Amino acid sequence: MSAEFPIVFESVTFDNRRRRPEEFASIAQMIRRDIIKSLVVAGSGHSGGPLGSADIFAVLYFGGYMRYNPQNWWTPRDRFVLSAGHMCPVLYATLANTGAFPKEELRTLRKYNSRLQGHPGRDMGLPGIETSTGSLGQGISIAVGMAIADKLLDRNGYRVFTLTGDGELQEGSVWEAAMAASNYKLDNFCWIIDNNDCQIDGRVHEVMSIYPLEEKCRAFGFDVLTVNGHDYGELCAAFDHFIANNERGSGKPTAIIAKTLMGKGVSFMEDRYEWHGKPPTWDQARVALRELGEDIPEPVAA
Amino acid sequence: MSNPFQLRGMKPTRQGFGEGLVVLGERYDNVVVLGGDITGSVMTSLFKERFPDRFFSIGVAEQNATTIAAGLALSGKIPFFASYGAFCALRNADQLRISVCYNEVNVKIGGGHAGISVGPDGATHQVLEEIAYLRTLPHMTLLVPCDYLETKKATIAMGEMVGPAYIRFGRAAVPFFTADDTPFEIGKAQVFREGYDVALIACGAMVWESLLAAEQLAKRGINARVINVSTIKPFDVQTVVDAARQCGAIVTAEEHQVHAGLGGAVAEVVAKNFPVPIEFVGVKDSFGGSGEPEELMEKFGLTWKEIYAAALVAMERRDRGFIGYRAVKDVPRYHPEMLEADGQPAR
Repeated sequence: MSAEFPIVFESVTFDNRRRRPEEFASIAQMIRRDIIKSLVVAGSGHSGGPLGSADIFAVLYFGGYMRYNPQNWWTPRDRFVLSAGHMCPVLYATLANTGAFPKEELRTLRKYNSRLQGHPGRDMGLPGIETSTGSLGQGISIAVGMAIADKLLDRNGYRVFTLTGDGELQEGSVWEAAMAASNYKLDNFCWIIDNNDCQIDGRVHEVMSIYPLEEKCRAFGFDVLTVNGHDYGELCAAFDHFIANNERGSGKPTAIIAKTLMGKGVSFMEDRYEWHGKPPTWDQARVALRELGEDIPEPVAA
Repeated sequence: MSNPFQLRGMKPTRQGFGEGLVVLGERYDNVVVLGGDITGSVMTSLFKERFPDRFFSIGVAEQNATTIAAGLALSGKIPFFASYGAFCALRNADQLRISVCYNEVNVKIGGGHAGISVGPDGATHQVLEEIAYLRTLPHMTLLVPCDYLETKKATIAMGEMVGPAYIRFGRAAVPFFTADDTPFEIGKAQVFREGYDVALIACGAMVWESLLAAEQLAKRGINARVINVSTIKPFDVQTVVDAARQCGAIVTAEEHQVHAGLGGAVAEVVAKNFPVPIEFVGVKDSFGGSGEPEELMEKFGLTWKEIYAAALVAMERRDRGFIGYRAVKDVPRYHPEMLEADGQPAR
């Protein structure tokens, strides 16, 4: 029997500004703790991908790259579409850390009537959820549509970011979207690939290889950067590169292949595909939170 | 009562769609059109020529086009995507379900080449199943107009309503018979011919065939009501229940599988509210094939003759099965020779 313990969400939020790479570590750890907490309360959900991509989210949302107003989300803003909808615990935790909604709400993940649906649902009206996603391969096309709307019609100068998994790239329509992004010269479009080489059934290269990935993206007309998805300096440089591309009107969309470890930050989850789609038990959550810097006392012996 | 409509000529419904889009383009700056390579065929080319800056070619990629449309709608546009129904209702079924309907975005789909009247292209391109799928999608509005002019009106109306919508139209030139003042309203089935002996409930090109069947039935003293269900979803329950109550026998007719399409929708409503015998005219669990449209409509049993015969069967079932039900009159039993004897309905 796994002993429960009180979950306390730290009422800290972060502002969105240019930061030195080393400043992101504490933000990413906060996001990871919030992921673990929301998942252990939910009792179901995906652990591995959200933990693995927390560093990407920390840099994107708190490094001045995404432009948004957490007090009033639906004002002019950059767009982020989580194409890999099952990774929503990291998006919810990130948005809560911007102050878009109370952190306490993370406790409602996957619960009845919650705005934090098991896969993002636009109908729930949670600030920062631009679109419903969860059926793989669709979010990236939606993001392309948003990028077309601004680049070719409205010209307000907003940027569109989307994050896909790597197993997701097995969906053929992803490549239809990629084709359209370069066909329409969408230099306001940034495609982040969370490349942990893990999917539910095993290693991506064993289930159905998507490689060589960099060459594929390049052949589809992208400016491709491969980075260590846990290296804040490399992530910052990649986003800087994308924004420079957009500002000078390169006419090319950007793809950032972020090499990550599934479950990063929690020793027993790291690089283990078994953690794709399950939450920690309470005992596992206690260990995980300790590793992530929060001291949870041992259960009192009965 | 003779046919209240005059045949004004033969015109494809797809032309109504293409012209309706141009009207929308003139009225609204945020109407945009996505092309799926067959723009001439589904007549989005008319919009493309007129408003090239608001036309985006997506290529042969219906899943992508549907989802890009969702992204455009989320950015305040009113995107129309048109292709053949086989590809823009079924190949992209998941995209319609999640990115369009669950998202509840203002995406409009034009599904051409519906039914076997597509002709020589054969079974792969003759979509006969999409009504069944689309009418189960929450938030979806599904329109199946009956002729060129109604298609034009429906196209404009779907652009002016908010929310996901799909319009079904065909390739072949079909009877054009409605007028500018013929009523059309999304969500309302229209009684095209009044009658109290049997109700012929149809959509698309089968509405004209139903009017012909009604005229033929009149020769036997039977007054058939003809109802044009141009909106399959949301379904006009009241008009159909009134027909069940007042006529006591129903025939449905559609250029679609007999299962789960218009007939299915009518059966659900009638079974729940006022059960009466229903006969179903449509494609009977088979795929289409190559041939000329008229040949195929004959072969698959989609003409006024089948509707006429089905009406007599439905009335007979009513009169035998419903003890105490008002005896309408001596309903003749159906014999194929009747058609010979009565001659053709006037067009």
